[in-house]
Amino acid sequence: MSLDSAPAIIAVVLVSLATLTIGTWGLRFSRTTSDFYVASRTVRPGLNASAIGGEYLSAASFLGIAGLVLVEGAEMLWYPIGWTAGYLVLLVLVAAPLRRSGAYTLPDFAEARLGSRQVRAMCALLVVAIGWLYLLPQLQGAGITLRLIADAPQWVGPVLVGGVVLVNVFAGGMRSITFVQAFQYWLKLTALLIPAAVLLVVWGNDGAPRTVRPIEWSLPLGTGGVEGLYLTYSLILATFLGTMGLPHVGVRFYTNPDGRAARRTTLSVLVLLGIFYLLPPIYGALGSVYGATPKHADTLVLVLPRLMVDGIAGELLTGLLCAGAFAAFLSTSSGLAIAVSGVVSQDVVTPLLRRYGHGIGGVAAFRIASVIAVAIPCAVALLTPGVGVARGVALAFAMAASTFCPLLILGIWWRRLTAPGATAGLTVGFLGTTVAVVWTLAGWESGSWWDAALARPAAWSVPLAFATMILVSLSTGDRVPAHTTRLLVRLHTPEPTSSGVR
Amino acid sequence: MSEQQRVRVTGPPRRRRIPRGQSPGESDRLGEIYLGSLMRDQLVSAAITLVLLTLGIGSLPLVFWLFPGLASIAPLGVPLPWILLGVLVYPFLVLLGWLYVRRAERSEAAFAELNHKHDQAYPEDDE
Repeated sequence: MSLDSAPAIIAVVLVSLATLTIGTWGLRFSRTTSDFYVASRTVRPGLNASAIGGEYLSAASFLGIAGLVLVEGAEMLWYPIGWTAGYLVLLVLVAAPLRRSGAYTLPDFAEARLGSRQVRAMCALLVVAIGWLYLLPQLQGAGITLRLIADAPQWVGPVLVGGVVLVNVFAGGMRSITFVQAFQYWLKLTALLIPAAVLLVVWGNDGAPRTVRPIEWSLPLGTGGVEGLYLTYSLILATFLGTMGLPHVGVRFYTNPDGRAARRTTLSVLVLLGIFYLLPPIYGALGSVYGATPKHADTLVLVLPRLMVDGIAGELLTGLLCAGAFAAFLSTSSGLAIAVSGVVSQDVVTPLLRRYGHGIGGVAAFRIASVIAVAIPCAVALLTPGVGVARGVALAFAMAASTFCPLLILGIWWRRLTAPGATAGLTVGFLGTTVAVVWTLAGWESGSWWDAALARPAAWSVPLAFATMILVSLSTGDRVPAHTTRLLVRLHTPEPTSSGVR
Repeated sequence: MSEQQRVRVTGPPRRRRIPRGQSPGESDRLGEIYLGSLMRDQLVSAAITLVLLTLGIGSLPLVFWLFPGLASIAPLGVPLPWILLGVLVYPFLVLLGWLYVRRAERSEAAFAELNHKHDQAYPEDDE
């Protein structure tokens, strides 16, 4: 261990300890199965919004954007914009009805809406697929970060993150995770805000030097004419529409007391994300001024203080940033682990145990499921090379936008959706994006426009999934579930408690 | 808290079949009409927000693609795209969200009032 890595190691140890302590403290409140899955639906908007922000701001936000901006320029600002605007789309189209559906998970919602075990099973498969696709780059990113900042072997990151997450999920479920996530939002914001302020003052004292970059660096478009325009719009579509379909985002909405609170929570989330996302571009721009090179891209945020400030102050800022980065890995991974565990427990573990005559369900099944949900992506992260946090995450968004987004929007707003229609649309969206994911992860290139279409599939896969779902539903019009009207009434009717007083 | 006081951990039923207090039932034709108008109202609010989102933010790549010269305009010394995409989009998103929430809560309040009046006029409908 070199002296260089001391602040990073201290920060990582402190964040892990704080996370475990708060998680254990939250355990005192976790008693019932409902606590484990949805914190018994009693989380107030302020706390819940912090928790959503904490869970949502992954390493891609904390580390990825600054590096991408440094290397590629203003075009990369579309990532944070899309990740925020996705919540606005979610707010106006699904937040309150999703909460009022009274379901625990996305598969629960699908089954309640369409009355089909088949659609439920497909949704369960999709939650696991999207969850793991999102979890994988988080774990690999942790490995790369710890190697770069602390000289740790590559396996330490995934194992450490996986271990801390598993202990917390195993111990307290959703209730304890809510406190952990809320804490981690404020930790991440502080860890990015204070160094940014200090570095801006340093920059001002240096005479506010400017960077000389070509005009392309400031153009918010991919390069290469029409292809650049396609890539940009495809990213916008994937992030704007994908947010509502992410498993760890959806599950948070069931923890609100009612539909009105779900809406207010989402609005607070918009504010919290907006504040946070002002910061990463500052690191990208300062990096450009102070001579950071593309080889710093993955860890620009972490190396910048040492480039700009000497001595103990630089070390302190580095430590603070390492703490924030590690909190980012932990919180997003926890949220994903919770969501995947919930589905695996309900749709795999409990039915299997029942078949073999074991009466255990509820909390025990959830704990077994959490081991599966964390161990498998951990193993994959150790065995496969990294794909880059932001790129891996973007594929998860594309898959969510092509599957759960049409299901949620049509399920909530369209009376004529049928189970065969939903099945067909989910299948088309899933297969389309899976081809793109495999193509991208395998690193194939054909040298034609196919590369762009498969690197950012959302622009064609989302309309295709919507069209399939609508056309097949229309052609199976006799299969519209009998309870559709009754259910839609429930989704859109304000709760008595919130409406009576006004 | 002592061991004896612990509550047995049991799972609640997965699907709740308890009818919501004021929800108009399927048979309630008038309630259904009210609901139809509430749904339309909410969908219109959502559509307005999404159109503003598309015009305000979604159009930016196209605008800069058509007029790349805009990127060299630099008020306050910072090129325009950085000001728009790095800073101004976020207050704009919050504003859109705030306007939507206000509208949605108003139409729900109006719906609740309508329902309340309906319940008073037809008390025999109450379960």
